[in-house]
Amino acid sequence: MARWTPERRRKAAIKGGFGVYYAIFLVFVYGPMIAMFILSFQGRRGGTSFPMRGVSLYWWEKLIQPSTVGDLQGAMLRSLILALIVMVITALFSTMLAMAFRKRFWGSGVLFYTVMAGLMVPGILLSLGLATMLQTIGIPPAWWSSALGVHVVWTLPFGFLVMMAVFNRFDSRLEEAARDMGADEWTVFKEVTFPLILPGIVAAGLFGFTLSYDEFARTTLLAGEYNTLPLDINASMTQRVRPTLFALGTASTIFSLLMIGLFLVIYTILYRRSR
Amino acid sequence: MSDRARHPPRGLIGAAPAPPDDFVAAGPELRREGGFPVGWLIAPATLWLLIFLVLPLLSIVVFSLWNTREAAEELGFTLQYYGEYFIAEGFFDSTSRNFLSTSIFIKTLGSTLYFTLVVMALCLLVGYPIAYFLAMQVGSFKWQMALFLLCMVPFWTSYLIRAVAWLPMLGRRGLLNKMLVGLGIVDKPVGVLLYSEFGYTTALVQLYVVLCIGPIFFSLAKIDNAILEAARDMGATPFQIFREIIVPLSLPGVAIGMIFIFVMLMGEFATAVVVYGGKTSTTGTVILNYYAIANYPFAAVNALVLMLAMMIGVVIILKLVDIRKEL
Repeated sequence: MARWTPERRRKAAIKGGFGVYYAIFLVFVYGPMIAMFILSFQGRRGGTSFPMRGVSLYWWEKLIQPSTVGDLQGAMLRSLILALIVMVITALFSTMLAMAFRKRFWGSGVLFYTVMAGLMVPGILLSLGLATMLQTIGIPPAWWSSALGVHVVWTLPFGFLVMMAVFNRFDSRLEEAARDMGADEWTVFKEVTFPLILPGIVAAGLFGFTLSYDEFARTTLLAGEYNTLPLDINASMTQRVRPTLFALGTASTIFSLLMIGLFLVIYTILYRRSR
Repeated sequence: MSDRARHPPRGLIGAAPAPPDDFVAAGPELRREGGFPVGWLIAPATLWLLIFLVLPLLSIVVFSLWNTREAAEELGFTLQYYGEYFIAEGFFDSTSRNFLSTSIFIKTLGSTLYFTLVVMALCLLVGYPIAYFLAMQVGSFKWQMALFLLCMVPFWTSYLIRAVAWLPMLGRRGLLNKMLVGLGIVDKPVGVLLYSEFGYTTALVQLYVVLCIGPIFFSLAKIDNAILEAARDMGATPFQIFREIIVPLSLPGVAIGMIFIFVMLMGEFATAVVVYGGKTSTTGTVILNYYAIANYPFAAVNALVLMLAMMIGVVIILKLVDIRKEL
């Protein structure tokens, strides 16, 4: 045990101070969500704020009854399917792009900034631009076409940056060795490259899935006839806010957390295996 | 020597260690040409971005100039929407109360910019110490990653739901009022928390602060411990080290975080409705309102000016800080 010199004591005090600040920050970030979670179990006569008037599953039951909140199950299913498609496309495109960017090629600078622009252009502008464009051509927007399109524009830069980082520390000699031994490109990719970059692909997929599942601004004008979940949540805001909304928010948040956890577990397992 | 120096952060995102030395030394010309043809690798994504990013932005430009007020057969372009955007009705009329005054759109853009700048400053104030704590004070790599992920998780959950979650906090009977009354700061619950500038700003900071913690954390984590130790050996005080070394080296991360928050906030519209009760309008809500009444040219002009304002803002941030080192 080291002696407690004044210097050490001062350092510990600073560290402790930062620790307390971090804890307060977590309360700030998570507090409202936890309050929402508790209020979703509000009693039948309770309102949207504390105190709790009893504890019940009343508002959760209302959530499950199809009549009260429109086509909630449908919206959830559509959001889920959309997120899965976005996940696959994001993982695929960002891997392909990052592989291309291992070499310099004509137009690589322009392409890089175009991909990054997806991060910078606000959702409302993309929504408006594509919606007016489709209107002019006469194609109706739909969640599986136009919304899918702009979702990928938003998630691709995240996946791309992840895969760029992966290839940045990738040892190309492994591939060259395989090539020297006579493997063709597909074999090299399948046997050498892919297993090594798989954890990165999973991380890219995480961004694709979660960012799409929760995306609201980009879907606003582009979902067409059928709503995605965030649009449904927004629509229910325009009516009187009830604890059902909190139950819905809690359910959706728990689902997101489960997905993040699942991705992290898969990532960790694959990462350990690839080393 | 702390644990951190021996294990540079190797996370899910970014902060990749430098490639091996021989990789750099050999240079591209010595590496054998291999891999799939570049054209095939980039074609699908390029086409996708063209359809869903480039063309929509061009569509905004076209619509902002398209004269839809003329009869349909006289297809033409006009700048009149831009004129109406910038100056109020009655601008040239000395008897009008709008004489020489700017339009409501410019005022809305101004207030959007005002909120954006305030929230950016607050996010930096709140977020920087968190990033500093994670990068500089947390010793073990495992804890560092765990605490960092804990900060980042909200980014992967629904932003709309997080805005909704502020309702039971801020209302007249909300938790914050209960706390204020309980602590004896106010006698009875105050109504200024929800649907007010205060509530709006607080919610925006909570929603967006995570976006700047990541980049600042990564740039802080990259700082070589040896530099700090050298400064310490030469007798620099902790404050001097912070001001002379840590702040300058973290500026690229700060710039990236600020750019991120800036563009998101300028395009913000949902929080204004949820937490501010639609009492204020942002340029985002103006765009949506004009779209809803099928006045596409005006929606497009608003969108285009917003885009220009954002570009100017980003260029200003890039002029102030050189982020190329970071990329």
